Amino acid sequence: MHEYGIVASLIERVAQEATPRRARVHRLHVAIGELAGVDVELLQTAYVTFRPATVCAEAELAVRAVAAAWTCPGCARALAPGAPLQCPVCGRPARLAAGDEIVLERIELEVPDV
Amino acid sequence: MCDTCGCGDRELVAVEVHERILAGNDAMAAHNRAHFVATDVLAINLMGSPGSGKTALLEATARASGGRLRLGAVSGDLATDRDAVRLNRAGVPSRAITTGSACHLDAKLVHAALHDPPWGALDVFFIENVGNLVCPAIYDLGEAARVVALAVTEGEDKPIKYPVMFKTADLVLLTKCDLLPHLDVDVPAIEDALARVMPAPRMIQVSARTGAGIDAWLAWLAARRAALHVRGQAPALAAVHVG
Repeated sequence: MHEYGIVASLIERVAQEATPRRARVHRLHVAIGELAGVDVELLQTAYVTFRPATVCAEAELAVRAVAAAWTCPGCARALAPGAPLQCPVCGRPARLAAGDEIVLERIELEVPDV
Repeated sequence: MCDTCGCGDRELVAVEVHERILAGNDAMAAHNRAHFVATDVLAINLMGSPGSGKTALLEATARASGGRLRLGAVSGDLATDRDAVRLNRAGVPSRAITTGSACHLDAKLVHAALHDPPWGALDVFFIENVGNLVCPAIYDLGEAARVVALAVTEGEDKPIKYPVMFKTADLVLLTKCDLLPHLDVDVPAIEDALARVMPAPRMIQVSARTGAGIDAWLAWLAARRAALHVRGQAPALAAVHVG
């Protein structure tokens, strides 16, 4: 359910870029990690529900899904999916190298003729 | 007009942003964190399923501390202030945050509750989150540590089913352990599941009903509070939740 809150924050941030340029928003690119706690389908549903009457009314939402990757901070070894999160070689706690992204990467704007 | 071919189409411009969508919440959480550091209080974000025993755990914590720790709390719920009433009755000055339909607390809601507080100077401030194993995990509230209450009745595989909640937890409290003799729960299986979702798994078995394990939990709190003084700031691992 928090996907609606995320969409509200997303559109607010997009408006900060689009409104001063008097631009029409064409497409948004976001990255969502596998361990971000955000369901991509729910995010799309929330976006389509929320976008009318906003700067994003006609803009497409492109989502880049990022797979989770746990690595050892000592030897940079990648851990197998589902394995205990300690390096099998040096025993250090693993670090999440990728997969917790909830990121607005890029906005495509249609700027008016000058 | 399009500069490339003069076709008359409006020009597309790509604006690179690369910012967390919840950057606004992160900024407010940083503000809360600065407030907790300035007032020398250990802020704990207590999360867990509905019915995992979060409020009972805090009641037992107040009983066991016997006034040695100055405790305060906010408790989030969709409706009613029942948890805050229970905590006040247990001697923990508390305020309810009623979220309406929101399934989690965010940094702004916590910040609003910090003004004009019903508590004085505190040692430990509990933020009892809305009962939910999903949404609360993605919102930094400015806490120094995250604690997840997991009841023995929830099943051994809960950590693997809800990895997002457990991956940033600093401690898991296995609650309602007085029920273990009556259940077919395999505690080592819970520990194995935690090791697959928590990089530095730490679990304490507790029972709010009998008080078992509450001393170990108080010792953990005392160690975390001492760490605030050593470093002069909230533990650096809080930054993990932001990044």
